[in-house]
Amino acid sequence: MTRPELKVTTPSEREAVITRVVDAPRGMVFDAHTKPALVQRWLLGPPGWTMPVCEIDLRVGGKYRYEWRTEDGQSMGMSGTFKEIVRPSRIVATQLFDQDWTGGETIVSTDIVEKNGKSTITTTVRYSSREARDAALQTGMTSGMEMGYQLLEALLREKANG
Amino acid sequence: MKPHGYNLDATFAALADPTRRAILARLADGEATVNELAEPFDMSQPAISKHLKVLERAGLISRGREAQRRPRKLEPGPLTEATDWIERYRKIWEANYQRLDALLKTMKAAALVHEAKTRPKKRKRP
Repeated sequence: MTRPELKVTTPSEREAVITRVVDAPRGMVFDAHTKPALVQRWLLGPPGWTMPVCEIDLRVGGKYRYEWRTEDGQSMGMSGTFKEIVRPSRIVATQLFDQDWTGGETIVSTDIVEKNGKSTITTTVRYSSREARDAALQTGMTSGMEMGYQLLEALLREKANG
Repeated sequence: MKPHGYNLDATFAALADPTRRAILARLADGEATVNELAEPFDMSQPAISKHLKVLERAGLISRGREAQRRPRKLEPGPLTEATDWIERYRKIWEANYQRLDALLKTMKAAALVHEAKTRPKKRKRP
């Protein structure tokens, strides 16, 4: 089996969309995104980081809090509020990093669509404004970073061909 | 967070504007003068020059030697570096999803065992 590809697109100037297919029914994928004991096993980021704090109050208006740490004492935190929960297909929540490198709150929608036992996870990050997205692009600490990717790659390819 | 010589903040700030991205795309086809660059944008020369200055400061473009025309050309260095840097973030996402793959595999195996225990004769594929 070839490894499923992670896709990044920018449908509008305020949005970044990350798509990935996983080999499991969507009920399991939904649990993996909403049960703390499961989230802590995969949502870890770069090597060396763990997620000692993962609190999820899964209801509309409920809050969540994530904290990551490294052995040498670096830490990172993020929290937000759930706006919409449709088990097992959709989660919408606000998201704000403690250091606010996204230029204000973002709204993150996670949609899970199942077909033939596989699930497509579509994560849409919507920034408060184009300026906020551009700020995220500059600091690059979020998925906003991915937005420039295709443009850059296209430019480099053109350059290489020309 | 700045891997080599380039200032990535300046690179991304420069790339955050659609006119400047269009200028870079144009320069990817070959060098061009300020006039040639201004033409398709319906912009005054000073306005274009301002954008060019930002691109130049970010190291994304440089000026040709030809004194009369001073054509601008694309400098691939910072773009390559920005792409490399983005690629690392892409890898973080991918690392998360690979861990998710492993977790889901474990969950599926557990569900199968559970199913086999509760319905030993009518074992179905998940």
